Amino acid sequence: MSKYTEDELAKDLEVQEYKYGFTTDIESDQAPIGLNEDIIRFISAKKEEPKWLLDIRLEAFEVWKGMVEPEWAHVQYTKPDFQAIRYYSAPKQSKKFESWDDVDEEMKITMKKLGISLEEQKRLTGTNVAVDFVMDSVSVGTSFKAKLKELGIIFCSFSEAVQDHPELVREHMGTVVPTKDNFYAALNSAVFTDGSFCYIPKGVRCPMELSTYFRINEGGTGQFERTLVIADKGSYVSYLEGCTAPQRDENQLHAAVVELIAKDDAEIKYSTVQNWYPGDKNGVGGIFNFVTKRGICGTNAKISWTQVETGSAVTWKYPSCILKGDNSIGEFFSVAVTNNFQQADTGTKMIHLGKNTKSTIISKGISAGKSHNSYRGLVQIHKNATNSRNFSQCDSLLMTDECGAHTYPYIECKNSSSKIEHEATTSKIGEDQIFYCLQRGISEEKAIGLIVNGYCKEVLNQLPMEFAVEAQKLLSISLEGSVG
Amino acid sequence: MSVDLNSTPLFFSELKETILPLSENEKKNSISFLNENKLPTTRNEAWKYTRLAKLGKSKFISSNSELESIDQYNIDPSATTLVFVNGFFSEELSSNDCPDNLTWSLLSQKNKIEETISDESEYFNCLNSAFLVEGVELNIADKAIMKNPIQIIHVLNGDAIISNFRIVVNAGKSSEASIITGFFSENGDSQFSNVISEINVAENAKLTMDKLQYETESTFHISTEKVKQARNSVFTINTATLNGGLVRNNVVVDVDGENCNTHMNGAYLLKNKQHVDNHTLVNHNVPNCDSFELYKGVMDDKSTAVFNGKVIVHKDAQKINAFQSNGNVLISDDATVNSKPELEIFADDVKCSHGSTTGQLDDEAIFYLQCRGLSKKSAHQLMVSAFIGEVLEKFENENVRTYINGLLKSRFNWDYVS
Repeated sequence: MSKYTEDELAKDLEVQEYKYGFTTDIESDQAPIGLNEDIIRFISAKKEEPKWLLDIRLEAFEVWKGMVEPEWAHVQYTKPDFQAIRYYSAPKQSKKFESWDDVDEEMKITMKKLGISLEEQKRLTGTNVAVDFVMDSVSVGTSFKAKLKELGIIFCSFSEAVQDHPELVREHMGTVVPTKDNFYAALNSAVFTDGSFCYIPKGVRCPMELSTYFRINEGGTGQFERTLVIADKGSYVSYLEGCTAPQRDENQLHAAVVELIAKDDAEIKYSTVQNWYPGDKNGVGGIFNFVTKRGICGTNAKISWTQVETGSAVTWKYPSCILKGDNSIGEFFSVAVTNNFQQADTGTKMIHLGKNTKSTIISKGISAGKSHNSYRGLVQIHKNATNSRNFSQCDSLLMTDECGAHTYPYIECKNSSSKIEHEATTSKIGEDQIFYCLQRGISEEKAIGLIVNGYCKEVLNQLPMEFAVEAQKLLSISLEGSVG
Repeated sequence: MSVDLNSTPLFFSELKETILPLSENEKKNSISFLNENKLPTTRNEAWKYTRLAKLGKSKFISSNSELESIDQYNIDPSATTLVFVNGFFSEELSSNDCPDNLTWSLLSQKNKIEETISDESEYFNCLNSAFLVEGVELNIADKAIMKNPIQIIHVLNGDAIISNFRIVVNAGKSSEASIITGFFSENGDSQFSNVISEINVAENAKLTMDKLQYETESTFHISTEKVKQARNSVFTINTATLNGGLVRNNVVVDVDGENCNTHMNGAYLLKNKQHVDNHTLVNHNVPNCDSFELYKGVMDDKSTAVFNGKVIVHKDAQKINAFQSNGNVLISDDATVNSKPELEIFADDVKCSHGSTTGQLDDEAIFYLQCRGLSKKSAHQLMVSAFIGEVLEKFENENVRTYINGLLKSRFNWDYVS
């Protein structure tokens, strides 16, 4: 982490516009624009899905038609026209790749621009990171499969899992996020195209960080990812998800569903770096990110969410933990940065059902420009969750006098042996701290980067090494030009 | 225009529309709101944790009644006392003399009640406007330093009584005063007091309100304090909720002038099936102000407490310090607490924080006290006293504190040691 020097920061800051704004030209196999039952059947047929999955999709679609978009979040945006979105687009390919050497040269360049080439990852970490690279809606490459296979770990695209391990998918899909859960989860259940699937067998400790890079590529394509991670009894997995998207003027919708299942004694660590196109300085364009992420813990299990959110025009995201098993642990670490006209309404839900369950929430919000950043969290302790414990800390940092930082914690307790602590602070970036840095010859921009990184350290420290570096860079880039 | 009885809850059926000289606009708007809207449900964010179904199914009547004496409700004997029974003024029981620097009048005796600052889109505000039976306006003269407090005692007497009552306070420039409001009920079940207080604190004024709620466990109580503060003013509201079936307190403070201080303190001790909901909102509209909020409660049996504190720092209201704190202790496994401290900040040079804790009495501390010869019960009481005492200490008036202590003794059978 310390290798990232000020010079590099300076170099990054020179990049004024969104640095990942480019489009890869790959011929697509597209569905017609719009949404109806036929489109869903088209997607399902295209992916050669079994009937039960089609039924789930159609049922979800029926439910979705009767739902209305949620409006309670502290965000304002033009609602997407769901009939103007193309729900399926897959890069045309003749074969699947066994190793990275086989991957399309153009795609490799794309990955390089994204800064996620395997070479870089290897160099950075010195370890192997398996990447299930999702480009538009279909996974085009899965590496290290063989090595993982030895341990019995299944790590593949969602559609492959449907073909190869239908029993696992069928048993677990929709158990954490039911199709009827909310508007966007229902939409996702109806039209999801692909995503990642991960299964760690009993007692296996996954030896490497599993990583998926999402990327929205085709213009006007909504991306509906579905991720399912199952950690069987006593297993451990650390899962990374990172996102970048090319620059677009029209708003793109992303409504993903992530389900984590940590069975008894299992542990899942789920880290996200999200850097989708946030729109330009005038608030034009940018991604709408409406994600439903939830995990369920068995006895003695642990789920840890870490997220660094710098992108998207509108974010609506609440990674949650259902602490069902006794002694289970839920954690949520978040840094959310908003600049210009970005809006974020993000937080977590900790539902304590089991005895002696513990949860920790650390949320750091940074608002700059004319953006609005809200923390919305729920801590719910049920009657039988004796001796439960929650600690929440939500801090907000304000950079300009035109931005907003809001905190809406919901704390509900029905048990007299539980302890809940919540604290939140909102303040300006310390003038004396900036002054101190200026005195020592550090420019204001750099000083802010320094202070913000320090402020977020608690969360950044939770990230796996290779993400921590990227996250630090992202923070600095996101806040560039935001001195109030 | 009149209230359409078919579309409104049962409890309107016996009520007569207000004959008080409210502005035509206010009457009209409130009645049309009541006709067009239903009782708020838990789907309404402001009523998320408070169910009003029982209230909607109750029938209420408005009627005058007499009391023999108010000795048991006389919170501060040194105060100028105004007594209202079922919302109606009781002349015999009220003080005869009035300090020089205070003028007061009944709303029914006024020619015209000024267009209020009440919220026309809030159900119980409209209910109050539509069926207002009486109210009192207190005018504290400029530069008046009131030696003794002014006391408004509101008593419900009789079965199924509803009282839509209003208090208007105008604290003059550079004045200093303290007001005590006490809400009690007797001789009856299923009563409902719906009270709105409008409080204007002028420049340099200092106003303190001590509010005591001790109605019976079958009583509904919904009250709203709307406060406007001009520059350099200090406003304090201390609320002690010691009894009542369903209690909802809304405190809304608009800080409209610079260099203001706002203090809000609340203590709630609940048992049986009580439900107490404290909603506070501070609007920091201008720079250089401070607000402090401390609400603490202890819940026993099947009681439920709700706390929702909101601080909004509006754009360009720089240099605001706003601190909010909520502490809850659950004594019983059937008790519930829902806490929602919120911050909405639109300015950057501010220091705002909130904290909320929920827990239980410290077993080790109780063990410590038991080691030293205290019974478990008295150890509990001592701990609760210490916990809630932090709020009760904010009542600066000693007579009020003594009175609260008496209520605690009679309801919980223990002493709060101050």
